[in-house]
Amino acid sequence: MNLTLRIWRQTGPADKGRMVKYRVEDVSPDMSFLEMLDMLNERLTLDGDEPVAFDHDCREGICGMCSLMINGAAHGPERATTTCQLHMRHFADGDTIDIEPWRARAFPVVKDLVVDRTAFDKIIQAGGYISAATGTAPDAHAAPVPKADADAAFEAATCIGCGACVAACPNGSGMLFTAAKVTHLGLLPQGQPERRERVLNMVEAHDDAGFGGCTNTGECTAVCPKGIPLTAIGQLNRDFLKASTTSAR
Amino acid sequence: MDLATRRVTRSTVGKKAVMAVTGVAMVLFLLLHMLGNLKIFVGAEDFDHYAHWLRTIGMPVLPETWFLWIQRVGLLVAVIAHIWSATSLALRARAARPVKYAHRRPVKGSYAARTMRWGGVIIVLFVVYHILDLTTGHLNPVGDRAHPHANVVADFAPERWYVTLFYVLAVVALAFHLRHGVFSALRTLGQHTQSGERRARFFALAVAVVIAAGFLSVPIAVTTGVIQ
Ligand code: FES
Repeated sequence: MNLTLRIWRQTGPADKGRMVKYRVEDVSPDMSFLEMLDMLNERLTLDGDEPVAFDHDCREGICGMCSLMINGAAHGPERATTTCQLHMRHFADGDTIDIEPWRARAFPVVKDLVVDRTAFDKIIQAGGYISAATGTAPDAHAAPVPKADADAAFEAATCIGCGACVAACPNGSGMLFTAAKVTHLGLLPQGQPERRERVLNMVEAHDDAGFGGCTNTGECTAVCPKGIPLTAIGQLNRDFLKASTTSAR
Repeated sequence: MDLATRRVTRSTVGKKAVMAVTGVAMVLFLLLHMLGNLKIFVGAEDFDHYAHWLRTIGMPVLPETWFLWIQRVGLLVAVIAHIWSATSLALRARAARPVKYAHRRPVKGSYAARTMRWGGVIIVLFVVYHILDLTTGHLNPVGDRAHPHANVVADFAPERWYVTLFYVLAVVALAFHLRHGVFSALRTLGQHTQSGERRARFFALAVAVVIAAGFLSVPIAVTTGVIQ
């Protein structure tokens, strides 16, 4: 298949940036979206042009590095799919595809389609950890966890921190990411010692990074490659209100 | 305010909580206001009597109209806090995405969720008009504070169709605002289960429909001559 791409090109943080048109020919429908971009980059390199910079690592949907706004949708048109797992068969011959970086003040563009997601690391540093020494994997029945809590914690733990929630949110909010971490750690016994401080500190780090506030619109869940549910944000709100109305021990 | 409180009200989640709590207070007021309006279907005298009774709530512990004023001050505080938190979050959201997307898929969220901010502005404008019309009487063709029934009937007379239209549009805007707002408030106040989400969304829709139906019934009944 033959495609027209319109890709955001920006030489560096100081550059204003612009959409640039490219033609790619003989794309196989079995290629992943990133392989299609690899093909374009090979040609650009051979032609002596600057290849398009984009983030990627595992290419199997688990690392959260790939991050493209494809035709206005974070990670493209397929539900619960990362860009690296998106196949070209979901597009038609002759399509024009717009490719942009995540847009958020907290995620400044480094180059072309690569954004700096350090803001997420800051949120994790503020509370996305436990202090209990857990040693090697304990016996499954050593610390009983109610099944519902274990399921909700696991569901939240599947967050790969890609930032699609921020990219899609009309408010540029990183609340789904923050909520996933708060839910994941807060529902398990090992996460209890820091539970109160965690939510307060992580929300503060989230706000300080310049993300917007959540309005429960649900765009984040719709694009999340891991399908983190919006209810996680309810869990965060609950923990936050509880933490702010009780005093520290 | 102590440091901890400031930390909470400064945060995006704290501001949402302020919006939720003040929103809930206003919804409760709206429900009572709507039920009171329905008195008009009982009769002119009953309606006027009800309106006068409002001034005497709390007597003799409170002097006449004191309850009404306490409630008005409470509502005003709620309105201001609601708008303050909404504005501050809206400005923050704007700042959070300085460079817009060249290509943006239409937001999936409901129409109600997308129009919260402009819907809110329409509602504020309407409330100002509504108070000048049916509370103070300045913009009412009759404006007789002793006989509210006459004011209402004059207000929605068929030849003043534009007033009725504005009223209807404002109530529809309110219904949309409530449909997302009530759900959002519940979520903000900690609703966090999947089955609870379905219930919360249904409840929000029910509140929106009931309030809209209740408020729309009066002007429509007057315009169509059911109430004279
Ligand atoms: S490259 Fe690792 S998730 Fe896409």
